[in-house]
Amino acid sequence: MKKLIVILAAGATLALPVATAVYSAAHSNPFSAHIAARQGQMNIQSFNIGVLGGMARGNTEYDADAAQTAADNLAALAMMDGRALWPEGSDNAALGDATRALPAIWEDMGAFGAEWQAYGEAVSGMQEAAGGGLEALQAAMGPLGSSCGSCHEDFRQSNN
Amino acid sequence: MRNFLRFILGLILLGGVIGWIVTAPDPLSAADVPARDGDAENGEQVFFAAGCASCHSAPEAEGEDRLVLAGGRSFPSDFGTFFAPNISPDPEQGIGDWSERDFLNAVMRGVSPQGQHYYPAFPYGTYGRAEVEDIQDLWAFMATLPTDATPSRAHDVGFPFSVRRSLGGWKMLFSQDDWVVTGELAPELERGRYLVEALGHCGECHTPRNPLGGLQRDAWLTGAPHPSGDGRIPDITPAELTWSASDIANYLNDGFTPNFDSAGGEMVEVIANMSQLPASDRAAIAAYLRALP
Repeated sequence: MKKLIVILAAGATLALPVATAVYSAAHSNPFSAHIAARQGQMNIQSFNIGVLGGMARGNTEYDADAAQTAADNLAALAMMDGRALWPEGSDNAALGDATRALPAIWEDMGAFGAEWQAYGEAVSGMQEAAGGGLEALQAAMGPLGSSCGSCHEDFRQSNN
Repeated sequence: MRNFLRFILGLILLGGVIGWIVTAPDPLSAADVPARDGDAENGEQVFFAAGCASCHSAPEAEGEDRLVLAGGRSFPSDFGTFFAPNISPDPEQGIGDWSERDFLNAVMRGVSPQGQHYYPAFPYGTYGRAEVEDIQDLWAFMATLPTDATPSRAHDVGFPFSVRRSLGGWKMLFSQDDWVVTGELAPELERGRYLVEALGHCGECHTPRNPLGGLQRDAWLTGAPHPSGDGRIPDITPAELTWSASDIANYLNDGFTPNFDSAGGEMVEVIANMSQLPASDRAAIAAYLRALP
């Protein structure tokens, strides 16, 4: 009996690393580069929106050149054709915590594309306003924020 | 033995009668309603502060379409799925043929014009704390909105929750007219309390509920599981929400967190409403949240 327990224990010990390797192979993320690029794009957008928002909120002093540069950066990013960053299967139902992209994106690519289009229009509005004084910049923040929110409402997992 | 049975039967009947009485709807009396014409301009502010469009506009409606209160959004819960009704001024499918008193009873007492209880997915428990004049003004504003002929969809609620009379018991147990935050308050905090605890109905999502769906007022705004079963709605007391008052007020206006991430989920709708209010109201909400224990 004691021998049997020793054999079972040894077997379990040997099997564990194998099982772990099989498990992680099945759960490895083939889209980690895509997701890193998506998140990088979001972070650069957020950084530039932060420059504009900091001024709009009065946290930093209004600087027309810096505001225009940030808005131009957003416009340049919005011009990028990012379709290759969103392959089918790179959603949080398939990949868990690696991404907050909801499967809804691939269920309605047309609506997702329309959200990007609307974001591009809000960015154009900001590009026209940012260098034209603090009040114009402040007025353009709301439409920009609601275009971000409109997409995140349906297509990004809430983080709470 | 026969006497004993009669006694038990009597008790059951008495219980039934008492139960019937205490579960009866409790509409407003004429004396509760001031004789005045509603002010639609103030009503528009009440409309945004109370977030009517977030539930009653058509699913996915944005921008001007949020003023078409066609209904149809679904609200899954532990008790079944509720569908927001059409409350546009359409006389057939909406509420165009209601009287002002019908509307006040619906919003503030949770009672339909036919005298039935509404389900508390409709936050009349918190709207009941509003000033009657504000709800009169809201009625005047809502009469100016576009009509829509979409029929309301029946709720998908199983027994025993399908017995609307039982909601009288729920109201008796959980309806409270008094404020959660009490004591002497500066005018800004008082305004913030009114916006958060009455019109804004923030606690409906951000406060946990007991197994019968009553709000746990001793855990006010400390976060709760999402009613859809997926994820959590955050704690917005100072213990967890460390943003400054100006961060909160700005978030409610432009939808950006202090790190310039954007709002998502249901808060996008909330911000669409809050951004329509005067800056002083957003500041009042922020001051109230910062002052919570």
